[in-house]
Amino acid sequence: MKIFGHKAPLTAVIGLLIILLNVVIALAGPALSPYTETQTVGKIWSSMSSASWLGTDQIGRDMFTRLLYGARLTIGIALVTTLLSFAIGITLGLVAAVTGRWIDIVLSRAVDIVLSVPLLIWALMILSIFGQSLTSLVLTIAFLDSTRVFRLARALGMNLASLDFVEVAKLRGEGIWWVVWREILPNAAAPLMSEFGLRFCFNFLFIAALSFLGLGVPLPYADWGGMVRDNITSLKLGRAAALYPAAAIALLTVGINLVVDWFLSIDARPSGAQAEM
Amino acid sequence: MADDMILELEKLRVETITGRVLVDNVDVTLRRGEILGLIGESGAGKSTIGLASMAYARAGMRITGGSITLDGTELRASTAAQRRNFRGKSIAYIAQSAAASFNPSMTLMDQVCEAPVVHGVMTRPEAEAYAKKLFRTLQLPNPDTIGGRYPHQVSGGQLQRAMAAMAMSCRPDVIVLDEPTTALDVTTQIEVLALLRDLIREFGTAGLYITHDLAVVAQIAHRIMVLRHGKMVEVGDAQQVLEAPRTDYARALVNERREAEHLQLTEPLKGAQPVLSMTNVTAGYGPVAIVKNASFVLAKGETLAVVGESGSGKSTIARIVVGLLPRWEGDVSLDGKTLPPALGERSKDILRRLQMVHQMPDVALNPRQTLAQIIGRPVQFYFNRSGGDVRKRVLELLHQVGLPEEFADRRPGQLSGGQKQRVCIARALAAEPEVIICDEPTSALDPLVAEEVLKLLKGLQDDLGLAYIFITHDLGTVRRIAHRTAVMLKGEIIAQGPTAEIFSPPFHPYTEKLITSVPEMDTHWLDKILATRKVA
Repeated sequence: MKIFGHKAPLTAVIGLLIILLNVVIALAGPALSPYTETQTVGKIWSSMSSASWLGTDQIGRDMFTRLLYGARLTIGIALVTTLLSFAIGITLGLVAAVTGRWIDIVLSRAVDIVLSVPLLIWALMILSIFGQSLTSLVLTIAFLDSTRVFRLARALGMNLASLDFVEVAKLRGEGIWWVVWREILPNAAAPLMSEFGLRFCFNFLFIAALSFLGLGVPLPYADWGGMVRDNITSLKLGRAAALYPAAAIALLTVGINLVVDWFLSIDARPSGAQAEM
Repeated sequence: MADDMILELEKLRVETITGRVLVDNVDVTLRRGEILGLIGESGAGKSTIGLASMAYARAGMRITGGSITLDGTELRASTAAQRRNFRGKSIAYIAQSAAASFNPSMTLMDQVCEAPVVHGVMTRPEAEAYAKKLFRTLQLPNPDTIGGRYPHQVSGGQLQRAMAAMAMSCRPDVIVLDEPTTALDVTTQIEVLALLRDLIREFGTAGLYITHDLAVVAQIAHRIMVLRHGKMVEVGDAQQVLEAPRTDYARALVNERREAEHLQLTEPLKGAQPVLSMTNVTAGYGPVAIVKNASFVLAKGETLAVVGESGSGKSTIARIVVGLLPRWEGDVSLDGKTLPPALGERSKDILRRLQMVHQMPDVALNPRQTLAQIIGRPVQFYFNRSGGDVRKRVLELLHQVGLPEEFADRRPGQLSGGQKQRVCIARALAAEPEVIICDEPTSALDPLVAEEVLKLLKGLQDDLGLAYIFITHDLGTVRRIAHRTAVMLKGEIIAQGPTAEIFSPPFHPYTEKLITSVPEMDTHWLDKILATRKVA
């Protein structure tokens, strides 16, 4: 099977199908769901029935409906966060790689400081200062994650900036934005794309973890991490409620990783002139 | 005579895994003590044949046909373990880049002794004693102690000799030499060449000598095989191939080389307006001055060649002129006006008037842009032309450098090396410059392709009145294109003047050494030059 002009192995096709399924649910979830997000439909942690396919949660809301609604929020936040963190990380990383030493030193040391404290501690600290809202959640994670992207973008940029075509652009008198966006970024696109998939997974899990700790998506919105936490006690009672959102998280993570593996293998495979040698 | 045969490749065929044929139907025969030179341009399959003679193919290639017989054993029919036993012991390989072939974390002695000990040919003390003998034969300094050094602690020429010692350490019957002197400076090249020849003669080893330089092979090979696109073009006695080649292609190679040796020198221009001048410039990196007190004047329509060995500071001259390396002292002026030392302080117009063509066209072109974008950008950037005008100018420029118009929408990856260099030239022309600084523009190209690019540059100079600073280590190139020449040694310009004067007596002693070090296609050249040097 060929996708985007590259031969895709079965695992990548499976991964793409999983992602497609999640995207459809995220876009059309509310339209597909039998109830509304906050509607109570039965007893607490009732088992599967024709009325509620996956049973109900800790306050009697329909689990299936909550999962569909949760997809939009969970995936949406992870996507926005990752896009934002890449925008910040790539811009600063490539600028640091191309410009003189002072900007590079200041940015790199600032990033080192952020990196020296564990991610979760930072997140807990910032969120407790700025309060718990969707905006502060997205901005916090985007900021923290951008330091990782910065490192990668800077390393890629450094290698590319030493090539002659970048020197030619500088000799022509091109500004830094031309050099960064037109000369360097297109050549760093492939590794950054695969990194995007990985970081999306990390952010997705990180939001789930924060929600699990009670610092993530505020009530009463449904998100998968928060749903795991809310329903965790059901496991003690022998009910499966907490497993459904956990399975949803696991499934999407696996799906994205399958696709990322494929991206990385395309990149690693010699192509063009290299393959001819 | 048949007993003499040590290596025989018959109907050899090597393909890539995608099925492209790299070597097709090639027969090689090698007698004991004989050296066969393999000659051809890049992509001719020389190295592939060299490796195939050890029944080895690089990743992505397969030997798909023919037989490889080494000392009576058919290697293709042998098991992998048997083949491993032959490699290094009966047939050894000397690679082009010694620096890339040594393990940087092991001493030279450890690496030279590895093969004989692993193959069980010698014990470690025997291997060490033999290695020292080889070091002595190869005239390495301090042969008894140099083995304790690491690869980065010796010079490039010494490392290449240490690799020859490594290859000879098991007293192989056959040695494959893959461009062993190409990465070396001319002055170092002849020493290594002479030592390799003596070594092979002394030990009666047979050799496959792979090179693109006919003059080098003339010194060392008994027979020569000319290859092109993986096929044999001509095989014969060295003398015959060099003096009376039978095929057109071999004739073209020989003639190209002869022209480089005996070309009429370009006369200096008279009364031309000076356009670029450098006066007493010193500059370098960190605290170290790389270029010291350099001065020259370049006139309109003139080519000034800057020649010297690697590390002599010739590329640094280019970087000072274009402002990548700000000068410490002295003055660089364009049309009589002093240029700011650093790139960032120069106006767009100054940048436009000084263009540069790099050595490696592969990395000088952004692989993600089309030729229209690459060549069009300077037009748009310096002259503010709109889309349609830019496109028109791009097609004009493509035509000017001899590329078809439909290339405009291709990317550099789809072009050959020579075509890429033409694109670099078109990009420089797009700025409508007065001076183009060419930093070894032909040294990454095959001789015949390089000749075409030089012709193009010369034609453009006549048409547009361009001035070139031509940085090169290849004196053949200088003879063809330069009106005037500056010779550099250790950061200083030690001689400069009209090329005809520089290339005829009385020489500066270093210039003479440089000139006489360039191999000539005479098979006795090496003996003659060594004899004259001994007398001197």
